[in-house]
Amino acid sequence: MEKYETREHDVLVVGAGGAGLRAAIEASAQGASVGLVTKSLLGKAHTVMAEGGIAAALGHVDTQDGWETHFQDTMKGGSFLNHWRMAQIHAQEAPDRVRELEQWGALFDRTPDGRILQRAFGGHKWKRLAHVGDRTGLEMIRTLQDRGVHQGLEVYMECTLTKLFVVGGRIAGALGYWRESGRFVVFRAKSIVLATGGIGKSYSITSNSWEYTGDGQALAYEAGAELIDMEFVQFHPTGMVWPPGVQGILVTEGVRGEGGILRNSAGERFMWKYLPENRRHEYAESEDEARRWLEASVAGKQTDARRPPELSTRDNVARAIYTENREGRGTPHGGAFLDISYLPAERVKRKLPSMYHQFLELADVDITKQAMEVGPTTHYMMGGIRVDPDTAASNVPGLYAAGEAAAGLHGANRLGGNSLSDLLVFGRRAGAAAAAYATSITATLHIADDEIEAETRDLLAPFGRSGGESPFEVHRALQVLMQAQVGIFRTASDLEAAVEALAGLNARAARVAVEGSRLFNPGWHLVRDLRNMLMVSEAIARSAALRRESRGAHSRLDYPNLDPASSEFNTCIVREHGAMKLTTLPLAPMPADLKALFEAKSPVAQS
Amino acid sequence: MSGEHPTPSEAVLRVQRGDATESKLVEYRVPVEPGMVVLDAIHWIQAHRAPDLAVRWNCKAAKCGSCSAEVNGRPALMCKSRMDHFKPDAPIEVRPMKTFPIIKDLVTDVSWNYEVNKRIAPFQPRAGAEWRWKQSDVDRAQEFRKCIECFLCQDVCHVLRQHEMKHQFAGPRFFVRIAGLEMHPIDAGDRIGHLRDHAGLGLCNITKCCSDVCPEGIHITDNAIIPLKERVVDRHYDPLRWVWDRIRGVPAAGA
Repeated sequence: MEKYETREHDVLVVGAGGAGLRAAIEASAQGASVGLVTKSLLGKAHTVMAEGGIAAALGHVDTQDGWETHFQDTMKGGSFLNHWRMAQIHAQEAPDRVRELEQWGALFDRTPDGRILQRAFGGHKWKRLAHVGDRTGLEMIRTLQDRGVHQGLEVYMECTLTKLFVVGGRIAGALGYWRESGRFVVFRAKSIVLATGGIGKSYSITSNSWEYTGDGQALAYEAGAELIDMEFVQFHPTGMVWPPGVQGILVTEGVRGEGGILRNSAGERFMWKYLPENRRHEYAESEDEARRWLEASVAGKQTDARRPPELSTRDNVARAIYTENREGRGTPHGGAFLDISYLPAERVKRKLPSMYHQFLELADVDITKQAMEVGPTTHYMMGGIRVDPDTAASNVPGLYAAGEAAAGLHGANRLGGNSLSDLLVFGRRAGAAAAAYATSITATLHIADDEIEAETRDLLAPFGRSGGESPFEVHRALQVLMQAQVGIFRTASDLEAAVEALAGLNARAARVAVEGSRLFNPGWHLVRDLRNMLMVSEAIARSAALRRESRGAHSRLDYPNLDPASSEFNTCIVREHGAMKLTTLPLAPMPADLKALFEAKSPVAQS
Repeated sequence: MSGEHPTPSEAVLRVQRGDATESKLVEYRVPVEPGMVVLDAIHWIQAHRAPDLAVRWNCKAAKCGSCSAEVNGRPALMCKSRMDHFKPDAPIEVRPMKTFPIIKDLVTDVSWNYEVNKRIAPFQPRAGAEWRWKQSDVDRAQEFRKCIECFLCQDVCHVLRQHEMKHQFAGPRFFVRIAGLEMHPIDAGDRIGHLRDHAGLGLCNITKCCSDVCPEGIHITDNAIIPLKERVVDRHYDPLRWVWDRIRGVPAAGA
């Protein structure tokens, strides 16, 4: 066996986006020796692409806001499959995490009286999103990055982990390779935090970068962790649809928060039609009321007017755009028109500078003069590693998860702005718990040489093959399959066919060949990423087939309604004897005091 | 949908291939579709001709600063370089950033930048400060915080590119970073001595090349470097202040 490097830490954090950085900062602050591994350069993680803001009930603009309403909105948005305790912790702690970020140097936009400004977003009853124009994620990741480098973290950049070692049922470490050299590295660690993000690269139209290949979910699954709610994949309603080179790139929900109106090819403001009956009372009932809401919003004043229908939840808006197209009222390139050009150009440029430049430079569209053309894009994974709400611990001792790789907070559909607060709240909790666990362990566990050797041999195998396909071809086939058959609308027959097709793709992936050397070789890197994407895709398709109802981001054409019996469980995937086993887990019962928050009130009182 | 030129059906790219020991330009013919950017062409080559072609990218929307390269000799983000902005009948040449050591193909070793960043004194709030300020107080600092760390300004800066003075010059990216901290409404950190003695601010002779290539349109020279130079001058070279400091027993600058 070739020689490999060894590094040792109390806590190993995998992923350097918002959750990973926050976890690493916390674990380090607790006195643990912390290694932070990232597939990219530091500061490039997907968090930089988060634009519109971070949800926290600070109550700076709408003073009625409080954690209870944020909790209610999150549970309703998630169609009550969320773990109530995670939603509670999240709503209660988000304001402190935002203030903390400010105390670490982040510069948020301000209210007229000098406090952190908040904007409206879909599904949030009040203006709740602290933001920095439309580059909130960049501000957040840069603040954490700069905090982290002075905190004594060891950052391992451009390093991919491929296997977690479990010894005697406990986490012992991980193996990976340096992307630059292709050489192997073994990390010995007492605990590991997975903060690897999502799975979007399994789909052909996605806002996600190359990194979003479900690594954390797959690593955890292979280590014996449970994955829950894998059927819930969020299709963000507004991605760019034209020109083809930019298809899928995100258009922030901030556009709708700032007054963007959705229209179909007939010029009809179609979102009125798609408001769910039980929540219709929360939205404006006329153009006039929506306009009054916006005028108050621009002036920074409170109003009795209710929010525009475009601020419905993401699952609802994505389905609406998709349906308008299916029924022949789409735009020339299969989307909807999103118009903010009726507002003063200076305001649009000030509030949405990145969107202004993005459309001008990539699509030749001046959004201060013309409507944008937008359509759904694969964006976020609600499902993932099942964790304890308070500690972010998985069911494998020593293994923790936070951010998009973990599940439970968002239920069937995530509200915009809740991911940035999720990263901070549960990143911090995961880091603290992983550090506490590491201190309770006296020494790192021994990892057997033959386990390391087996993994390295497996990784190098594609170099020796001749005549195999390129991994890029298999990846493309996977993306087309998932987009077509496990996308926004699903049916039993499509899902069954997808599971079968995935088995074929697995066989093809096992035979791919790699050209060139181990030096920075994207084709080789894709081989392992592909394996993770295939595993996650199978979990999505199988879980989606089991859930015979439409709820949140999961829409079944053959089961278009909510099924009350399905309100009682999360789907659960676990590895058993090398195969994927699908079960259900009952939801944790909500305590009476929280339940009381949802007891029926008159529509007027709720609006 | 049109850029400066109509979209042709095919383009020729000449891409630098190789590592630190040897490299050459390799020609690829790539089908072109409307709105395509150079990064799309590189990805097409990767998927169809050269799966081991090394390139960095993440967001593909000019927000992460990963895909920096030199396109037809000009430092640029590949995800922002529209194919229809180049002459349709001439090959498009794509090379890695010249200022940093090459790893492979279009990927360079930018780790030095991360070392420079670690030496900058972090944000330090003024004791007892009230956490309230006007939007106008943050607008100035927010310009600098737009930086996506593409390092194109570092690539084009002649102090680093021609004179290779990495050991005594932090480069425009980190003057931008320091300006962002210095102009934070309540920061009390002091980076003026560091700017003069370690970051080599005086070596910058304000040719503005950095501002020209910044994809975020940050006025690096005018809004970050010149004001920082003024602060250094006020601190270290103001004769009245020098005399006053001596009277108060403040040690000489740089000591």
